[in-house]
Amino acid sequence: MNPPHSTEVVRALVVAQLRLELRTFESLPAMCLFAVTTFVLFHFGLNVDRVSSDLASGVLWVTLLLAALLGINRIYVADAEQGGFDAFLLSPAQRPTLFVAKTMVLLAYMAVVEVVALPAFAILLLEPSLWNALPGLLGALALGNLGVAIIGALVGALAVRTQARDLLGPLVSLPLLVPVLIGVAGWTAPLLHYPQALAVAGRWPLVLALYDGIFGLIAFALFDFLLED
Amino acid sequence: MLAACGHLATGRPDERPDGARHHPIAPAALRVNALSLRALTRRYGERTALADVTLELAEGLTLAVLGPNGAGKSTLLRVLATLLRPHGGEVEVFGNRLPAGGAEVRGRLGLLAHEPMLYRELSARENLRLQAALHGIGAERIEALLASVSLERRGDEPLRTLSRGLIQRAAVCRVLLHDPDLLLLDEPYANLDPAARRVLEPLIGRESGKTRVVVSHDPASAKEDSDLVLGLARGRPAFLIAAGELDDTALSQLYG
Repeated sequence: MNPPHSTEVVRALVVAQLRLELRTFESLPAMCLFAVTTFVLFHFGLNVDRVSSDLASGVLWVTLLLAALLGINRIYVADAEQGGFDAFLLSPAQRPTLFVAKTMVLLAYMAVVEVVALPAFAILLLEPSLWNALPGLLGALALGNLGVAIIGALVGALAVRTQARDLLGPLVSLPLLVPVLIGVAGWTAPLLHYPQALAVAGRWPLVLALYDGIFGLIAFALFDFLLED
Repeated sequence: MLAACGHLATGRPDERPDGARHHPIAPAALRVNALSLRALTRRYGERTALADVTLELAEGLTLAVLGPNGAGKSTLLRVLATLLRPHGGEVEVFGNRLPAGGAEVRGRLGLLAHEPMLYRELSARENLRLQAALHGIGAERIEALLASVSLERRGDEPLRTLSRGLIQRAAVCRVLLHDPDLLLLDEPYANLDPAARRVLEPLIGRESGKTRVVVSHDPASAKEDSDLVLGLARGRPAFLIAAGELDDTALSQLYG
């Protein structure tokens, strides 16, 4: 019997996970609601219509990161509780295909959350429109999201096989995500500067790309061992 | 060590309702070992779940595993299915030593455990399409399998809306989808009514012609439906005998 084609396996796993989410709505509504509510709280807590670009960047990314944790904590729950892990392990599919699929699903979750949360962020904490910053922001979102998704897919697999997954997930992933937070916040801050966006230091995209690449490779190599008994 | 020589069974290739291959069972002299266990040991932390399990099972034969709750029956199945690593001894499945040879073995076995290993929010068809992709096979067999377990009409309903018996039928489809050579069955007929049992027996019963390891709590059906019987008590083999030799003396070693 020929081994399954990894692209087909990843596609099937992503489709199944998205179907599960669309039927249960266990993660996305909670993630979106958390992000929007946090921006509302900051708006009233800081009692300003517009915050400085450094503060805005920090608020944006800390909020997105904490919202992502809600998705990370649940990304493997159906697999663990309904035997999907075992069914996958019983198949001849390459183990890292599960990691790639979960990374892609987390990327999709993050994209949806940002489509909902960014307008709220702009209205509540940036008086001017976000449109001017958007082209540059898309690059930061892409590399930042990728870093979050890679760490999330790796740590989620580790945490879900323990009794204390809700504790272990954030405990392990947050320290690993600090470099992503530093890089992406440093990248975003000049883009949100008012009245005119400032130039972005070239090191931040480089740092993020390097981080994503290195951790992507490490996670890809480690994932097989994480799934071992 | 007791080697499985078992009963001879003969048969012709025939058409099965699920469209799967049905191999005639070769004469004993031509058979090779599907399973070979030597002093298999498996622990959970400090607790020994399996110890010193030694047996050989030739292709096409059925091994029944009997024992009280907690005797290590399900653990044995999970070790054979490559889901648990052996902590001692040697395990070979179709000549591949585990755990190193797990990748070669996985496509050739099917495990029917207590859990159906299917997503409750997905339908049987959606679950089977996912399984087909995981095994690198086309989706052509899905309809034939669903029809063979009389599930074709309800194949698009989420599993959570189906009864336990219907979910078990879907789980059998998952197990058979890639036409495995070795079936690992953990109480396959538990909670099924006689009609459902009649539907599933041609697919996973002795007449499937596949090598089978069947965990059971029913000595009568084990005697009737298998070639060899392994009795496990507290993780250790109490006996390994031909099915015809299973009697009250042997059973008293397990259940007192």
